[in-house]
Amino acid sequence: MSWETVIGLETHVQLRTKSKMFCGCSTAFGAPPNTQVCPICLGLPGALPSANGAAIGLAVRGALALGCTVHPRSIFARKNYFYPDLPKGYQISQFDQPLATNGTLAFNSPERGSVNATIVRLHLEEDAGKSIHDRFAKGTAVDLNRAGVPLIEIVGGPDLRSPAEARAYLLTLKQLLEYLGISDCDMEKGSLRVDANVSVRRAGESSLNTRTEVKNINSFAFVEKALTVERDRQIALVESGGSVTQQTMLYDAKENGVRPQRSKEESHDYRYFPEPDLPPLVLSPEFVAEQQGELPELPAQKRERFVASYGLSREHATVIASTRAVADYFETVAKTSAEPQAAANWVMTEALADAKDHDDQLRVSPAALSQIIGLVKGGTLSNQAAKRVFAEVAAKSGDPRSVAESLGLIQVADANVVTGWVTDVLGAHAPEVGRYRKGETKLMAFFVGQVMRASKGKADPKLAQRVLEEKLASPSPS
Amino acid sequence: MSDAKAVADRLVKAKRLNALLTPPKDLRKSLLAQAAAARPTGVLYGMPVAVKDNICTLEFTTTCGSKILEGYQSPYEATAITKLKAAGALIAGKTNCDEFAMGSSTEYSAYGRVVHPLDKTRVPGGSSGGSAALVAAGVVPAALGSETGGSVRQPAAFCGVVGIKPTYGRVSRYGLVAFGSSLDQIGVFGRSVHDAARVLSVISGRDPRDATCEDRDPLRLPTVPESLQGFVIGLPREYFPPELDPAVRRACDRAIRMMKELGAAVREVSLPHTPYAVPTYYVIAPAEASSNLARYDGVRYGPRFDGNTDLRGLYRATRGQGFGPEVRRRILVGTYVLSAGYYDAYYRRAQQMRALIAQDFRNVFDRGVDLLFTPTVPSPAFKAGEKLSDPIAMYMSDIFTVTANLAGLPAISLPIGRVKGLPIGGQLIGQAFLEDEMLEAAYALERVVPATDDA
Repeated sequence: MSWETVIGLETHVQLRTKSKMFCGCSTAFGAPPNTQVCPICLGLPGALPSANGAAIGLAVRGALALGCTVHPRSIFARKNYFYPDLPKGYQISQFDQPLATNGTLAFNSPERGSVNATIVRLHLEEDAGKSIHDRFAKGTAVDLNRAGVPLIEIVGGPDLRSPAEARAYLLTLKQLLEYLGISDCDMEKGSLRVDANVSVRRAGESSLNTRTEVKNINSFAFVEKALTVERDRQIALVESGGSVTQQTMLYDAKENGVRPQRSKEESHDYRYFPEPDLPPLVLSPEFVAEQQGELPELPAQKRERFVASYGLSREHATVIASTRAVADYFETVAKTSAEPQAAANWVMTEALADAKDHDDQLRVSPAALSQIIGLVKGGTLSNQAAKRVFAEVAAKSGDPRSVAESLGLIQVADANVVTGWVTDVLGAHAPEVGRYRKGETKLMAFFVGQVMRASKGKADPKLAQRVLEEKLASPSPS
Repeated sequence: MSDAKAVADRLVKAKRLNALLTPPKDLRKSLLAQAAAARPTGVLYGMPVAVKDNICTLEFTTTCGSKILEGYQSPYEATAITKLKAAGALIAGKTNCDEFAMGSSTEYSAYGRVVHPLDKTRVPGGSSGGSAALVAAGVVPAALGSETGGSVRQPAAFCGVVGIKPTYGRVSRYGLVAFGSSLDQIGVFGRSVHDAARVLSVISGRDPRDATCEDRDPLRLPTVPESLQGFVIGLPREYFPPELDPAVRRACDRAIRMMKELGAAVREVSLPHTPYAVPTYYVIAPAEASSNLARYDGVRYGPRFDGNTDLRGLYRATRGQGFGPEVRRRILVGTYVLSAGYYDAYYRRAQQMRALIAQDFRNVFDRGVDLLFTPTVPSPAFKAGEKLSDPIAMYMSDIFTVTANLAGLPAISLPIGRVKGLPIGGQLIGQAFLEDEMLEAAYALERVVPATDDA
């Protein structure tokens, strides 16, 4: 009997603002505990919230990029529960009238190809503080620096059919948000958090079965693992005659297992009601249009444009367009070098490989890479030499031509010098010369390679081939 | 400045009222320091203003009359306080009140009840009873209180002073400890309409720190009018029920006659949803309170009771022992009406009713009525202890005042007579942000009404 998994993700994304959602405190990560706080985010008696316009703008951009309907009027609501890291005893969020609803996220499923996942809603809220349970032997410590940091919650529909698909969805969402510049999306720093609703059903069924909510997925690497563990648990449970209970499961990365949250920790009645301290959030059409105008070209649009106007392969265009910094880098190099294909090849190979080893930094400036491409095109550098120049510029920076000169990599196009190397190579490989002359012309590549080797990469390969062809066409050297 | 010393002496002498929560020594020291630092150019230069203990001050602790905030020193001050100080006023101590402003008699303070200045067996009203008593006893010319359902006007009526509740959004709530956020406003007591009005004018106006405070200039004080010619004053029949105390009725009739003599046109009107106002109020205010008071959990500030147990134990002990019975009652009611399954039946319906009550007022004002005149409270000050065992009877004390809070309208109570030595208050309810018109009528009425004569 085959099973189908049904997954919907709820993603919390920290907005990239300088100050908190309802006060002027800094949102910078990593400050000493309880140093970025004020009467408002501490929830002191008498303090009142004022909404941060910058956060609202970023949230609207996120909603627009996801194709949501942005509501001209939405309502902040209080979500009430007791916890030491929740200073007011309630979180200001949005409930029955959220900022935006009904969007889609198109992503590439490893199993089903292109999928349009539903975005049910997107709303604004404030973060809670952080409870630190393992720092002091005799109790829990609370750090309220994070309390009041602006978040959006993006609720996806139950449209994902496997853990791998959930991962692809999340990756696409993360790329989109990074593109928009509205969040750092760093799961390790908690600026992107995801909870998953998971259920299973027999293949072919269309109804939704009882689901569980998987929490505590703290790293991108765990998304697929956690969901697989929970899916397998549910299938095993049902196959052995049991049934799934609606509950919250906590993922334990060390054990790669899930355990139910203690009932004490859950089943809140949040007693939502409209936040009386904040008037309805009213967005003028002008404000929304302004945010629309701030939207950059999104990955999918960019990919299509790269294919159409630069003739990139779909594969290259997809990789390059998926990260805004890489896409911008490529486009600058493509334009300044006027060699888009070469630019794409360089980005896909040397540039991304170097970035991968260096904290995602593109260390060679677009101008330098354009120059390198120009030097190859003009015959001054061989491809091989160019790669060495690239590595050198990446490590030490500097002008590519000077670097090439100081490394002695400038290509030699002097026919006399090249003829000297050719003569040496043919002299050293008499058997191959014989075979070539008997018709094994594919050995030409071998000879060119040997000339390049003899010249330490400096010979102009085209010139070398011409000289080789001349020499090999004439009868045995006399 | 000798005044500061004299004020301090008077405040200490009024000790028998139990109206002040600030220790005399602290008060003297602070008043002298404040007087030395006060701006001589301010419009309230040197004027001592006592402040209800649910408004945050840097000078004194802010306990809200509760054990759960015993000794709590706010690290910031309310916008209203900043404005008062900028105008040269002196913050003349913190006044006793019902715990978290929940009550109508100032008997629900963790620091003991406030005594009525004219009859020690009676209550001064509440919840701002301490502020009302100090003004009535002539200790200070004006004081700040707060209103959620009548907590300024009702004690003003009981004590025979003027009490103003401004339009919701007229005065910043920043630094007013929240009870029912959609109803709360800082209000003012004065010995005269003018004293109260000039303090109100100073504390009013925009404040970016309160998103519900309107972006308006401070209130401009009207001049005292010669007559009430051109004023149309409505008398809502629901506010003059058959069971109204006869003396209150007589005092009202006299005031109405005098307003007519001043040239006002008086017209009977109807606000048909008035009977639902108290029940509506006692759903919405506790609902908001249950959430507003969630922060008092012993984790971050205030005393912590029985802190050695687990988290739930800490919450239970701190909130169980830190809050008094009325606060606990309202938190329970509020939690209940917001609970899943009950929200629609209570909270949502109360909001719908609130809208109807506000619409009642708009209907009347749209038909040419400028102001409404009503009794402030159905009876004079009651005896201490009389209504403690009957919360509903206590709640009915707010029957004529809660409507202005539900509708967000400005209202003023002023003394219009006495019965057996006890003051009776008359109320004018105005249109939103038209405090100036309301104050004009109050000035005119105040000038002619024999406020201390039996009705």
